[in-house]
Amino acid sequence: MRQIDSILYRSSQVSCAQAIEKAAEMIFSLCAFTAVGAVFSITLYMIANGVPAVFQAGVKEILFTTVWQPTATEPSFGILYVILTSIIGTFLAVLLGVPVGILAAVFLAEVAPRRLAAVVRPAVELLAGIPSVIYGVLGMMILNPLMYRLEQRIFADSQTHQFTGGANLLSAVFVLALMILPTVINISEAALLAVPPELKASSLALGASPVQTIFQVTIPAARSGILAAVVLGVGRAVGEAMAISLVSGNSVNLPLPFHSVRFLTTAIVSEMGYAGGLHRQVLFTIGLVLFVFIMIINGILSSILKGEKRG
Amino acid sequence: MRREQAGANKIVRKRKLTLSDRLLYAMILVIGILAGQSMGAPIQGTSMETVQETTLSGTVTMAGSTSMETFVNALAEGFMNRYPQVIVTAEFTGSSAGIEAVLAGSVDIGNSSRRLRPEEKAAGAVEHVVALDGIVVVTDADNFVRELTKEQLGEIYQGNIRNWRQVGGTDTAIVVVGREAGSGTRETFEAFLGLEDTCAYANELHSTGAVMARVSSTPGAIGYVSFEVLDDTVSVVAIDGVMPTEEAIREGLYRLSRPYVMVTKGELEKQCETVREFFLYLDAEEGKSLLRRAGGILPDE
Amino acid sequence: MMRKLKDDVLLCLIYLAAFGAEFLLLGILVYVFVKGFPYVDLQFLTTVTSVLQGTVGIAGNMVNTIYIVVLTLVIAVPIGIGSAIYLNEYARPGKMVRLITFTTQTLAGIPSILFGLFGMMFFGITLGLGYSILTGALTLSLMVLPLITRNTQEALLAVPESYKSGALSMGAGKWYMIRTILLPSAMPGIVTGVLLAVGRIMGESAALLFTAGSGYLLPKSAGGWFHKVAESGGTLTIQLYLSMSKAQYDVGFGIAVVLLCILFCMNLIMKFFAKYTTESQR
Repeated sequence: MRQIDSILYRSSQVSCAQAIEKAAEMIFSLCAFTAVGAVFSITLYMIANGVPAVFQAGVKEILFTTVWQPTATEPSFGILYVILTSIIGTFLAVLLGVPVGILAAVFLAEVAPRRLAAVVRPAVELLAGIPSVIYGVLGMMILNPLMYRLEQRIFADSQTHQFTGGANLLSAVFVLALMILPTVINISEAALLAVPPELKASSLALGASPVQTIFQVTIPAARSGILAAVVLGVGRAVGEAMAISLVSGNSVNLPLPFHSVRFLTTAIVSEMGYAGGLHRQVLFTIGLVLFVFIMIINGILSSILKGEKRG
Repeated sequence: MRREQAGANKIVRKRKLTLSDRLLYAMILVIGILAGQSMGAPIQGTSMETVQETTLSGTVTMAGSTSMETFVNALAEGFMNRYPQVIVTAEFTGSSAGIEAVLAGSVDIGNSSRRLRPEEKAAGAVEHVVALDGIVVVTDADNFVRELTKEQLGEIYQGNIRNWRQVGGTDTAIVVVGREAGSGTRETFEAFLGLEDTCAYANELHSTGAVMARVSSTPGAIGYVSFEVLDDTVSVVAIDGVMPTEEAIREGLYRLSRPYVMVTKGELEKQCETVREFFLYLDAEEGKSLLRRAGGILPDE
Repeated sequence: MMRKLKDDVLLCLIYLAAFGAEFLLLGILVYVFVKGFPYVDLQFLTTVTSVLQGTVGIAGNMVNTIYIVVLTLVIAVPIGIGSAIYLNEYARPGKMVRLITFTTQTLAGIPSILFGLFGMMFFGITLGLGYSILTGALTLSLMVLPLITRNTQEALLAVPESYKSGALSMGAGKWYMIRTILLPSAMPGIVTGVLLAVGRIMGESAALLFTAGSGYLLPKSAGGWFHKVAESGGTLTIQLYLSMSKAQYDVGFGIAVVLLCILFCMNLIMKFFAKYTTESQR
């Protein structure tokens, strides 16, 4: 009753109320344009800081040569290997992490006993939030020594192989794959749980086995959620810096499994502190390349989501 | 009818909302209490040992070399104990970044683990050598190679010697660990070997500590680190028969060394009082003993 | 018969993946706790690292973390909620809305290292804030903005249309309706978004390393608590990264345990709010 009174009271002061309304709308629209402003200025800054070096050192010399000697007397800024490492590393990590993550989500949502799922689920949620540095450290302490043993066995007779102590592309891929697992599991599981039970029940009633139901009914029904999980996982893998800077060895090399490699992100993290002059500008160019990558992935994401809405 | 129901719902929700509000307040309270606790204790802890001598107050801001971290933190702590009103902050972003920052005027002192370049001096940077540092070649603790010649070291870092067997060790592959491009440590090391930017690193890590971690955990690894961070997780290699000891470094017998430099913009006299006082403190016995305790090597007077 | 075999193979795959993934992840949790727990004691939690005394403490980092979390939220939450209200309640579908939605989505996808670069260049150098908690908080506000906007939008969408039309038909102005009906009803959802943002801030390192810096000291005077905003300050996660790269594993794992405990509590609170939302909607 009091509320209605106050509403009536308010409406009597029409002009004042209208001014407030106008102000509120203005403020809200300003808020909304913060995101636009932010993206605009980030783009502007990345281009403004990244492009000058391209003119100075040459597009071809930066993007399509492979020698990275930024502090030599005749510096050379080829980042082709770095770009390739980011593409191949991310691709392999997603190839490994996503199927495992989806199957693990299926296990949690459909197969696991309720009690077990009730224990595992919060733990996985917790892991989605822990700092990626921790994954890197564990990789360095546990994975790298194991990798080194493998490396020593495989390249025992090689005259040319440079031993990396286990800090190589494979280690980085494993760490990345493990790191995107919690994200993929959480979101896929939520999507699977959101599938209406009637759908499953009718599939079972038609004589499909539980496993058939999972793979032919539940997963397709949860498709768009799982897709979102995959894209988020890709984004996290491309953008990760701290974890892999500890396990990948960080030398600029052709991305082969047992080579020490440098990613776009680790290139920035590791040399930003000390770099000066053109070297520093080229690091911003690397940032720009990473930015373009992310924009492409975002574009794919939004077109997938649009397609999903239509389909 | 429907509206009535909605209204009823709303009333129910309103009551619950106050509950959520209360929870929010409770959370804020808990956070507040936590903050209060963590702020209370350490103040008591530090005030006991501070000796109120003068009323010097202000700030000293520093940025620069990661190699100098232990050393700079020790100095900052000692200085703040001496002058409780002064705040000393230090960032460890790298030598070049530190010099750039001091020239740009965003910090008072730039810490550099290499000497200034001519163009930096031309831009107004003034260097003050505060300590010496040896760069020590280390291997994992199980490696029994204790000595290498400069030539052997060069061959190892160029990738021509690939196995410890070739330099008198066991049949283990060599894992070549180094620092990233731009690092003062790497610059000094490569200049010493005459191998500027021709080293073939298997690991390029971006801090002294990371090199220590990698070398100590990898059989067959070799790397280079600051003298002050040495511990028993790695073993030290003598170069051309000279072990890196304090005396050897101070007297210049161990040649792989470099100065720790604190850089100001313009001469010392032009700095503000706190910064001048900071340098006085460094020169006084108190500052020197701090430096020694933090593993720094004082240059000969 | 074939079908049974196929089923078994697939089921096997599921179990393999589950054991491979979930138990590996659980293993990580256990490993971190076993390594770090012995190291967490009162001194660790309540003092500041002293090089001279050789003691290690993270109180300064905890305070920094609180500063950065609070400051970031103070900046990002009003803007995020405002922008969600605009998108859901005021804006008419069209180019503008598409632009805002697209940029919000883009902002969510930008890796934190790029936020770090931008924050360092824009807030740190162009605006002259240097390495400071304020620089870090401003940078992180941009980073968590989409998280808050999207969660608020979801929460606003979940408020039944009848509430809104009810209030409006009684003659309430739009702003009045938003303030008294819409926001309170959506509050649990909004809080969830805010808590998610807090989690993201706490776990962040790449965006903070070049913006907020790595200071670990506590202010010494009352004025220092205000001035602290303009000083460099490393969060727990930054200190974790630095300790680990200095090979001080004990410290690193100790911090990791503290972080995990905080995250665990936050997940519990979030669960509570999520449950509360679904219940109140019934």
